Amino acid sequence: MDLFEYQGRDLFERHGLPVLGGGVAETPQEARAIAERLGGKVVVKAQVKVGGRGKAGGVKLADGADEAEARASDILGMDIKGHTVHKVMLAETADIVEEYYFSYLLDRANRTFLCIASVAGGMEIETVAEEDPDRVAKIAIDASKGVDEAKAREIVTAARFPAEVADQVVDIAVKLWAAFVAEDATLVEVNPLAKVGDGRVLALDAKVTLDENAGFRHPDHEALEDKSAVDPLEQAAKAKNLNYVKLDGEVGIIGNGAGLVMSTLDVVAYAGESHGGVKPANFLDIGGGASAQVMANGLEIVLGDPAVKSVFVNVFGGITACDAVANGIIQALALLTERGETVTKPLVVRLDGNNAEAGRAILDGANNPLVERVDTMDGAAQRAAELAAAGK
Amino acid sequence: MAIWLTKDSKVIVQGITGGEGSKHTKRMLAAGTQVVGGVNPRKAGTKVDFDGTELPVFATVAEAIAETGADVSVIFVPPAFTKAAVVEAIDAEIPLAVVITEGVPVQDSAAFWAYNVAKGQKTRIIGPNCPGIASPGASNAGIIPADITPQGRIGLVSKSGTLTYQLMYELREFGFSTAVGIGGDPIIGTTHIDALKAFQEDPETDAIVMIGEIGGDAEERAAEFIKANVTKPVVGYIAGFTAPPGKTMGHAGAIISGSAGTAEAKKVALEAAGVKVGKTPSETAQLMRDILS
Repeated sequence: MDLFEYQGRDLFERHGLPVLGGGVAETPQEARAIAERLGGKVVVKAQVKVGGRGKAGGVKLADGADEAEARASDILGMDIKGHTVHKVMLAETADIVEEYYFSYLLDRANRTFLCIASVAGGMEIETVAEEDPDRVAKIAIDASKGVDEAKAREIVTAARFPAEVADQVVDIAVKLWAAFVAEDATLVEVNPLAKVGDGRVLALDAKVTLDENAGFRHPDHEALEDKSAVDPLEQAAKAKNLNYVKLDGEVGIIGNGAGLVMSTLDVVAYAGESHGGVKPANFLDIGGGASAQVMANGLEIVLGDPAVKSVFVNVFGGITACDAVANGIIQALALLTERGETVTKPLVVRLDGNNAEAGRAILDGANNPLVERVDTMDGAAQRAAELAAAGK
Repeated sequence: MAIWLTKDSKVIVQGITGGEGSKHTKRMLAAGTQVVGGVNPRKAGTKVDFDGTELPVFATVAEAIAETGADVSVIFVPPAFTKAAVVEAIDAEIPLAVVITEGVPVQDSAAFWAYNVAKGQKTRIIGPNCPGIASPGASNAGIIPADITPQGRIGLVSKSGTLTYQLMYELREFGFSTAVGIGGDPIIGTTHIDALKAFQEDPETDAIVMIGEIGGDAEERAAEFIKANVTKPVVGYIAGFTAPPGKTMGHAGAIISGSAGTAEAKKVALEAAGVKVGKTPSETAQLMRDILS
């Protein structure tokens, strides 16, 4: 889960990192109140989880509460690369003397963590790494040892931080690592980490990604979730513990196992090329060992998407029993009909693996005109694409 | 021979008394696996009956090894306890630990991996969040269905469970020496490269199927390895060509961030290493069929 800047700032503050005073506002009036509290000049920043907001006009300076209110009013509701601005962060301004870069992140290749640090901050680190690789230090962190003062000194030396800020950066490096571990983050990035006029080093931005797998030991993380950005179907799916991602096509997809579902998206997209360009409408993994109830829940979500014109259920039963999947399909259709909803969208089903014969027999026996059984994954994808194109 | 898991492997199950653990212990036994016991400190000293096979429950992995000579542990404990379970397996120096559990925090995986490295890597870890390893006709450690394919001469390594089953099914006419599901998490114990190396050295494997998916650069690194070290034919498949950037596709590791991790980049890297890459599972199976027949 990616956090907004203001959430990252708050998290940094809680872990004792040096940040500027700030607050978050959803209305111009709230922005005014925060500006009054902070006093003097403030910066008003659009809170969107996408880069390039400065260029898009989402970051403005304001002198006093009146201006802060006006700038917040300009920025709230703006569209930045498809992201509507629902919140602005107001922060004290700083007279930046130097800008650095500092981050901890996952290093998949080496199965550990990595610190990336540079005295060339303020711009995209990828750009610096390309144009001036010598100025980007990458230091592996041993997950069992972490970052103590000695390790922090190693980082500061490797990245060639100026002597006059070395002690401050060491302190920040240690505290940032502690925050990274304590919060189960997979990324903490400070860009810029800035030296300001009075010599202090401050974290002026905060980019934080938290590990959702670690949610069980962080009950407080749930409140950080951005409910406004989540698609209503994704929200409904989440409430039912379904792994669902909304996409922008017409063929609803339900399958078991992340890899097989991803593969199904591809196969349907290829099939769509010869059927009016129809595409997958969603990713939905019902997981291993799914019961009839889970299948029914999944079908309900997918059929609830008005963009969906046909549904492809693609199951290779490993732990999942195909007869349970077949029962789930029949039950879901009955349930929806009972509720007075008219299901008109055709379903194409391919079942293989565990209890496939029994599953196919259940579908054939139910003799539902909306359900069509196809033997192969490719054939079923073709048929689902064809039906979606016809329903458009 | 197969790789890492043979008919002689003696398997214990950590979490044998839990729902998943007991369900799959039964299935592993039915597949002919020598399951010799389980671990659960709270039920140590008891026995569990699996359709007529009585298995002892031990307090620790070390005790289970001492009593049974086990050399493989399959781990089914919940995410909150997985790190401790793997650390225990490492301490007991069991040669192979297969971590099935899904949803393990990545800092926990990083921690047990670092611990394993510090202890000299006496334990091969497969997973977490993986279907395990199966040597058809010989032994099955994990949740891969045992009846998809007979024994044969194809080796398979995959990030995805169900795609493993799909390809095993499509190529069941040839059979498999060993199929290894390495899992789709950002940090995993055994990599594509480890499996490719083992298959290259295995006299009972003639050709290799490698299945990857979006996210990270493991497939690119595997491609470099293949180019330099693998002489057996390799056929590849990558899932997620049409996945949009920035959205996690089920597996914690399956996300395209910026320009990194795309299926196209992985395909290009593999093809440059001489690997034939299929666009779909069925096309991938056909590429292998063309090689073997």
